[in-house]
Amino acid sequence: MTQPALDTSPPVSDEIRKTTCYMCACRCGINVHLKGGKLAYIEGNRDHPVNRGVLCAKGSAGIMQALAPSRLRAPLKRTGPRGSGEFEEISWEEALSLATDWLAPVRAKDPSKLAFFTGRDQSQSFTSMWAQGFGTPNYAAHGGFCSVNMAAAGIYTMGGAFWEFGQPDWDRTKLFMIFGVAEDHDSNPIKIGLGKLKARGAKVIGVNPVRSGYNAIADEWVGITPGTDGLFILSLVHCLIKAGKVDLEYLGRFTNAPVLVNEDPNSDEFGMFLRGEDGEPLVIDRATGKPAGVLAEGVQPDLAGQLRRAGVTHRTVFQQMAERYLSEDYAPEAVAARCGLTPARIRRIAAELARVAFDEAIVIDQPWTDFRGKRHEKMTGRPVSFHAMRGISAHSNGFQTARALHVLQILLGSVEVPGGFRFKPPYPKPSWAHPKPHCKSTPGQALDGPHLGFVQGPEDLALDDQGQPARIDKAFTWENPMSAHGLMHMVISNAHAGDPYKIDTLFMYMANMSWNSSMNTRGVHDMLTDQDENGDYVIPRIIYSDAYSSEMVAYADLVLPDTTYLERHDCISLLDRPICEADAVADAIRWPVIEPDRDVRGFQSVLVDLGARLGLPGFVNDDGSAKYRDYADYITNHIRRPGVGPLAGWRGKDEQGAGRGEPNPDQLDRYIENGGFWMEHVPEEAAFYKPWNTAYQDWAVEKGFFDKPAPYLFQLYVEPMRKFQRAAEGLGERQPPDHLRDRLKQTMDPLPIWYPPEAMGTGNFSPSQSDEDAEYPIHALSQRPMAMYHSWGSQNAWLRQIHGRNPLYVPTDIWVANGFAEGDWAQVSSPHGAITVPVAHMAALNPHTVWTWNAIGKRKGAWALDNDAPEATKGFLLNHIIHELLPPKGDGLRWANSDPVTGQAAWFDLRVRIEKVPAPAEAQPVLPPIASPVGRGPDVVRQKVRQD
Amino acid sequence: MTSLPSQPSLKKMGLVIDLDTCVGCHACVVACKGWNTENYGAPLADKDAYGAEPVGSFLNRIHSYEVTPEVGPAQTVHFPKSCLHCEDAPCVTVCPTGASYKRVEDGIVLVNESDCIGCGLCAWACPYGAREMDPVEKVMKKCTLCVDRIYNDNLPEVDQVPACVRTCPAGARHFGDLGDAESDVSKLVAERGGFDLMPEQGTKPVNQYLPPRPRDAWVAEEDDDTQIDVLAPFLAPVAEEPKGFFGWLDKALERL
Repeated sequence: MTQPALDTSPPVSDEIRKTTCYMCACRCGINVHLKGGKLAYIEGNRDHPVNRGVLCAKGSAGIMQALAPSRLRAPLKRTGPRGSGEFEEISWEEALSLATDWLAPVRAKDPSKLAFFTGRDQSQSFTSMWAQGFGTPNYAAHGGFCSVNMAAAGIYTMGGAFWEFGQPDWDRTKLFMIFGVAEDHDSNPIKIGLGKLKARGAKVIGVNPVRSGYNAIADEWVGITPGTDGLFILSLVHCLIKAGKVDLEYLGRFTNAPVLVNEDPNSDEFGMFLRGEDGEPLVIDRATGKPAGVLAEGVQPDLAGQLRRAGVTHRTVFQQMAERYLSEDYAPEAVAARCGLTPARIRRIAAELARVAFDEAIVIDQPWTDFRGKRHEKMTGRPVSFHAMRGISAHSNGFQTARALHVLQILLGSVEVPGGFRFKPPYPKPSWAHPKPHCKSTPGQALDGPHLGFVQGPEDLALDDQGQPARIDKAFTWENPMSAHGLMHMVISNAHAGDPYKIDTLFMYMANMSWNSSMNTRGVHDMLTDQDENGDYVIPRIIYSDAYSSEMVAYADLVLPDTTYLERHDCISLLDRPICEADAVADAIRWPVIEPDRDVRGFQSVLVDLGARLGLPGFVNDDGSAKYRDYADYITNHIRRPGVGPLAGWRGKDEQGAGRGEPNPDQLDRYIENGGFWMEHVPEEAAFYKPWNTAYQDWAVEKGFFDKPAPYLFQLYVEPMRKFQRAAEGLGERQPPDHLRDRLKQTMDPLPIWYPPEAMGTGNFSPSQSDEDAEYPIHALSQRPMAMYHSWGSQNAWLRQIHGRNPLYVPTDIWVANGFAEGDWAQVSSPHGAITVPVAHMAALNPHTVWTWNAIGKRKGAWALDNDAPEATKGFLLNHIIHELLPPKGDGLRWANSDPVTGQAAWFDLRVRIEKVPAPAEAQPVLPPIASPVGRGPDVVRQKVRQD
Repeated sequence: MTSLPSQPSLKKMGLVIDLDTCVGCHACVVACKGWNTENYGAPLADKDAYGAEPVGSFLNRIHSYEVTPEVGPAQTVHFPKSCLHCEDAPCVTVCPTGASYKRVEDGIVLVNESDCIGCGLCAWACPYGAREMDPVEKVMKKCTLCVDRIYNDNLPEVDQVPACVRTCPAGARHFGDLGDAESDVSKLVAERGGFDLMPEQGTKPVNQYLPPRPRDAWVAEEDDDTQIDVLAPFLAPVAEEPKGFFGWLDKALERL
């Protein structure tokens, strides 16, 4: 029998255009293959620093996003009632005139009446500049409901956290611990890294209530009870300190462990650092036995230093830590049950960390010089590393838990050393090198400075002259002093309540706030549609920009349709959230690899246009004419500081500028020629010890990350937190309201603590209280599937076949106790309400926890799906039973369902009870369908570019 | 009925899939869909693509299983599955038209779509469920091992591998000649104890799976009080009381 003739070498495509993916937040490089100008195939870019050629399911399905029937087609003006989804298509001129007519009077009279929140924005250095020019203090992106606890705790502790700030040393680490993760936060790099560890046979420990994804391949799975990670980590700290398994040399040289702290409770300076006349914290110099500035040249700081001055005893941060964590309160026997673990398991992990860190240390023959002028012949590494993201941070104890994890890494001496955790330039950058928040709004003027930043004490809070919150989201107030990313999740409820004030226009971008990105989803619908006694909407105007027909679109008065990611310019900038690797500084662009076939515009170009129409500073020339043609023009020509612009590569007339240089009109072309990104390697001498390494500091100045060398120490003890405690104790001019004093004293501890997540409901922060809740005994979580990014994936014909349903996964004991069988349904109740959902059994799950996939459930009418799509009939959100406020406490007050330090949404504090119920026709609650502004998708998808 | 090649090919191109490393991310599933909808044969169609019962043809899918061992917690295994390009491929011999065939030169099992009548016998015959009827074209679809990539001179050499292998973020998929004992994939199989899927079916699959390494090894050790704890010295307290700790600290600092 003869085989058919087969062409095994067909042409692949006519052209490859290289740009940056946006199917999630990971920002991989992609090769987009075109045939006859049409999208044919997407694969990873092998040269790209983020993904090195590989690509996840979302990235490969980008073609279905670019062709999705849910894409908005033209600007929309609301014709029906809010929430109906009834719109008429209008021209861009009409849309932009309308927006200008609404916004110009707001700016002239009171810019703070505009709340501008930009969701999953990757252009925050640009959108914040627009908001600053407008003059409103009310700007942030989505970090407040994502992972600000991890980011802020990292910045305050050591100058950066995970993901965009740094990564494990995948090539050298020997023991890797990963705590609860949202998969898109460094998606492909973590998978690449895990693959490297597996190939080398290095050990992986997964800490997560759910054993899926990365935890499935972990050598050791720690199925911890949600919200107790901090207690577990502090127990590891207890074991390590007790055994002396901490890196004393590292702690003495590179952290504030040797800094002297006032220990006299009767002193006004209690808990503050002892400082020299120049304000520098003091240590005892082991060489002289005398106090000296901690950063001074040649000083050998003493971890065991003590100093009595003016009758006040000062001891080191390290001595305070030893005393606190040696307490038997943190012994494995004391905490294991609460964590859902055994004492033996905690000890085993602590012992393994100690063994690998100290017995398997790695040494690299690379001399370097530290900031005190001491030359080191070698680089010594502690090859244990960690990664964590939203799983541990989306709790009301998430900031302190993330702090505990960063402190654990530092105690082991494993940060910025070979085999440990490594920062990615331009990080690390300590909290005081970041801006402070600004909130002074003046009619017709720009804001007095950047909105977001890192407070160093009560004096930096965003309060008005009466001490009231200056921002609509109450960021940087006594309720959440260190809310570095703002609180987008509180904007709608605060605006509706007129607390702290009413607004005129809510302007949002790329965040599905009427669905999966809000707590209390149905309540949010009521707030968005509520009318006053005159029949006017309580939130008078809503402008929304999105590329797709999301649930939020229906609640806008004016919709500005964005392009897909393949049709636009973007810059992934060093001014913002760059794509760097530990060994390289890098930035990247998106560019229109295909042209839109609809009347849509990139949102950033729309802001450029609106900025010019409104005459915003930075968007107009002196003569009032538009400064930039579009976003691409801004990317090329904007200058942030002398020589520093949005993109670092090919700057200057000679195109040789790397980091610094004048604008180059051909810069975007150079990026395109180079595959959509620019990268420069960190010199080998500068590869580790970045905060203290003179070679790195000099290189960073050359690249424009900062303007002069700025070495600093890791902050085991965060003194600014102590300043808030002092205010709560009655010291200082700015004083908190009385009802928050006790909470501030408890939660703003300058050394890591753990308190139960329930503390925010009960006001009882004691770690030893029972977690038994007879009424709501079960923890409930959601997690994002690897093949989906928030609500986007379900509109994708390929991805929705992978994750089209989201049962509630129930552990064995609860499954059996309820007599569940396959196909059953359960009512899931919280203090806030109930939902009825399909259940499925899962054994590899913490026995007190149920969970489901995030954002699979859809509202009928959204995303161009049929009304009988399983996402709309069987899919569900936990959001319905999570409220943005906790139930009233004994004093009648309701605290926000947020972390008290940063305001991060405490999604994973949810407690529920479940009971078997007869199967309803659809998951409950069923909401009325919304009209689709884009119709419905076709029955058949047969994607193939035919070439004639 | 259709014949297999009279002699098995010396070259046996296939995949080695590492179950120790696969995180179940579905990257391979979608990269495969993307490449193969644009290339070999009819596009991989999706019916009711935005509706109640979306049904599309995929050449590779991930299945997830739970395993509950006698000791230790339950485990999750992600199991990618596609055609295993069997030596004794029952899907070929059952084909009434000769559309299904096994290539003599490299052992790849293919469907010649122009001869396929969509009878579905091959899908019934395959013990692995690795073949899917395209819901629109009504021809049988299966993994081609990206026969239009692996010999494709229009691709750089490094990219002449199946789309699933090129994209796998964790590096859990390997491609090569399993007929050559000296190939990297054969060595990997030997080293890691690679196994045939369902050997009792007698299909002699070319593709190999690498087993998950033992998980949760510490659990048994932690539960066993009779064992000597070799790690105990690493947590031996330097002192029993905080005061003693500071004494130790002083001495330790002296040694630095």
